Amino acid sequence: MELLLVIIIGLLYAAGIYMMLRRSLVKLIIGLILLGNGANLLIFLLGRIVKGKPPIIDDASYVLAEIYADPVPQALILTAIVISFGLQAFAIILIKRAYKVVKTDDLDEMNATDEDL
Amino acid sequence: MLLSVLSGFLLAACLPVIGKQIKGNLSILLSALPVILFIYFLSFIPGVANGETYHFTYNWVPQLGINFDFHLDGLSLLFTLLITGIGSLVFIYTSSYLKGHVYLDRFYGYLAMFMSSMLGLVLSDNIITLFIFWELTSISSFFLIGFNNDSEASRKSSLLALGITGFGGLFLLAGMILLGYVTGSYSIVELMGQTELIHNHPYFVLILFLVFMGAFTKSAQFPFHFWLPGAMKAPTPVSTYLHSATMVKAGIYLLARFTPVLGNHEYWNTTLIIIGGVTMLYAAIHAVFRLDLKGILAYSTISALGVLVFLIGLGTDDALLAASVFILVHALYKATLFLVTGIIDHETGTRDVSQLSGLNKVMLPVGIAAILAAISNAGIPPSFGFLGKDLIYEATLHYGDWAIVLTVAAVLTNICLLFAGFLAGIKPFIGKLPQKYEKLHLPSPLMYIPPMILAGLGIVFGVLPMIIDSPLIKPVAAAILNTSPDFHLALWHGWSVVLLLSTITIGGGLGLYFILKPSEGLLAKATRFEPISPMSIILRCTRIFESTAKGVTYVLQNGYLRYYVIAILTFLSVLLAYKIFKGIDLYVNFGKLTEITLYEAIVLAIMAVSIVFTVFTRSRLVAVAAMGIIGYSICLIFLFYSAPDLAMTQFSIDTLTVILFVLVLYNLPKYLKLSDTGSRVRDGMLALIFGGLISLLTLEVLNEPLEREISAYYAENAYTLAKGKNVVNVILVDFRGADTMVEIIVLSIAAIGVFSLLKLRLKSIEKE
Repeated sequence: MELLLVIIIGLLYAAGIYMMLRRSLVKLIIGLILLGNGANLLIFLLGRIVKGKPPIIDDASYVLAEIYADPVPQALILTAIVISFGLQAFAIILIKRAYKVVKTDDLDEMNATDEDL
Repeated sequence: MLLSVLSGFLLAACLPVIGKQIKGNLSILLSALPVILFIYFLSFIPGVANGETYHFTYNWVPQLGINFDFHLDGLSLLFTLLITGIGSLVFIYTSSYLKGHVYLDRFYGYLAMFMSSMLGLVLSDNIITLFIFWELTSISSFFLIGFNNDSEASRKSSLLALGITGFGGLFLLAGMILLGYVTGSYSIVELMGQTELIHNHPYFVLILFLVFMGAFTKSAQFPFHFWLPGAMKAPTPVSTYLHSATMVKAGIYLLARFTPVLGNHEYWNTTLIIIGGVTMLYAAIHAVFRLDLKGILAYSTISALGVLVFLIGLGTDDALLAASVFILVHALYKATLFLVTGIIDHETGTRDVSQLSGLNKVMLPVGIAAILAAISNAGIPPSFGFLGKDLIYEATLHYGDWAIVLTVAAVLTNICLLFAGFLAGIKPFIGKLPQKYEKLHLPSPLMYIPPMILAGLGIVFGVLPMIIDSPLIKPVAAAILNTSPDFHLALWHGWSVVLLLSTITIGGGLGLYFILKPSEGLLAKATRFEPISPMSIILRCTRIFESTAKGVTYVLQNGYLRYYVIAILTFLSVLLAYKIFKGIDLYVNFGKLTEITLYEAIVLAIMAVSIVFTVFTRSRLVAVAAMGIIGYSICLIFLFYSAPDLAMTQFSIDTLTVILFVLVLYNLPKYLKLSDTGSRVRDGMLALIFGGLISLLTLEVLNEPLEREISAYYAENAYTLAKGKNVVNVILVDFRGADTMVEIIVLSIAAIGVFSLLKLRLKSIEKE
């Protein structure tokens, strides 16, 4: 399974980078999201994957005893997902706003300062 | 002492506040500062004359050995007197010259700042503070040259001057630091004792070069002389003060100051003699061809500076004595001539020497001052200049094998200088008064008294050299020579070769003056050599530098995000690939892998297809939908592998993102195909390579053993310490609660941003 995940991570990275290299702002954001997903999966995988053992202490005991999924990467990823949502939401609205003003989402045409508008 | 050095800065700092009040007639009150300082420094004369030196220390950055160490000896005293004395006269003169100017307060601010920097420069014993004051003089000079900031020429000249002197300043700093490194001390007084060590150190040549660069740029030596004529764009008081009497002499001061430290060495002497000699001859000949009064004076100043460098280069007792005297001689007559030029310019509106004559009839006192200065410049007895020139010839005549060559060079220079002095000081005042100038009248006494004082001193010192002999000149020579010299200045030395040479000089100069009439034709002849002058060459170099810089910047900072990303990724890929294929052997540990189940494989397949769709679809909606599917698939993977919290978060966030995207989608532009096939292939390759490398890296990391100490800590303490059973949640809200709070703040900021962007009403101008 790890092998498949490794390939998917590589794919996500490649797709993310490719999209970031496009001229369209919308594609740039999509690329960023893909890249973010890839990074999350990467961290998740590197914490080693364990099936069916969530890091939740059962009612009877006080500590996690046997093999369990690593809680630290999970906490990290959770933070990352939420933060990247903040970024995405802001970026999406910004694109919308920028498009309203400059009537393009071509990055090359956004290159100039106001005088060309 | 500290107060006296820094008072100018204080005054400059106050001027923006009180400037408005003093703009009118009260501006002359500001002259009180230099006058008080002048008197303060005069009070040191008796002590210094007795061979005493004064030392003042104020700690600044003692950890780095940088302190305000002020050291007052004969050399410093002469310069402080020049700075404050001529400064006083210039301050007074300015109050009339720039009367009613809008920025008069600003001008005084710069002037006061300059005066303080210059005082600091000549009083500093610490070579680092010396450098700081050195640069401050360059900066204040920049402001003063560019004072008429609405004139392009003026701005250009100030930039050029700052460029050259600032450039030299950096060399000087390097030289100073090396000196400190070699000797372990930043104090000039302490350096003097270590001449042996410095001379024999392998860095000696480098230090010499660096110090020379500093001195030559500042004192306008060939081939860095050209900023000085340009600096004449400044108002005349500035030219008088900075560019003839004080600032340009900073380089001379530096050389004189370091003579006991670095001097008396073959390299030192030869370089200075050659550079000084070339400068004095080159500039003197140039001066002959000028028409603009200030141009004449500028070139003759450069020439005089060359003479000083030359004398310091000779390095004999005679030569250094001559240099000490000549500093004062030159300051007196050149400042006078500049001030007179300012008056002529102010009254007639022209500085073209070929048009000026007979002004004596309308402004006699000015004429007297000018003629006296010209006489001193010419070295006609009984002026102080005569004394100075005699000493110069005395020095060259006694310089061993090269005496004849050096003497001839000195004589030629002096002939040209004499001619230039006559042109500037006598020509405008004698002869027939043109009709258009008949209505001229004498300017305010504030303007013509200062040059008269200076010119008068030039004669008084000549007739009665004992006034300044032992109180002023002797301590100067003592400071440069580092011993106590025995001599007496006198006007009359008896019949000698020197006297003959003086006569030849005067005769030659007068002859030249009567033969050569300044005209456009002469000027044109001189300008023909412009393309090969150092100025043109250096300007060309700067242009090449500029265009190279532009080219490099255009490549590196082109303003296209994707090229930055490409550059970063290419670099990263190369580095990663090198490391992965070079240092690490790759293998897959099949034994440790978890098994693949069918439903997981299907989820991953769906994901792969969605990724392909996101990238290659022509429709935005499809891309966003596919992106959503990827998100949900990841959500499922989290679920399969024991991360329910992540799954929930991913699910809600992904949903929100897709909704947001769709909501704003309708007023977004069409999904255009903006790039050509070539760049797509290139980007695709890069992306695949990078993705592949990340995969390899991941594989490699999976082979490494995992450190689980932190996880174990949380697993054990989640309930016992924080009373929570979901370890991930406990980490987030308890163990790392502060982080989570910051995260919430970030999200709130994003939310405020989103909200304000949505609510923002565009102004009509933006809408267009």
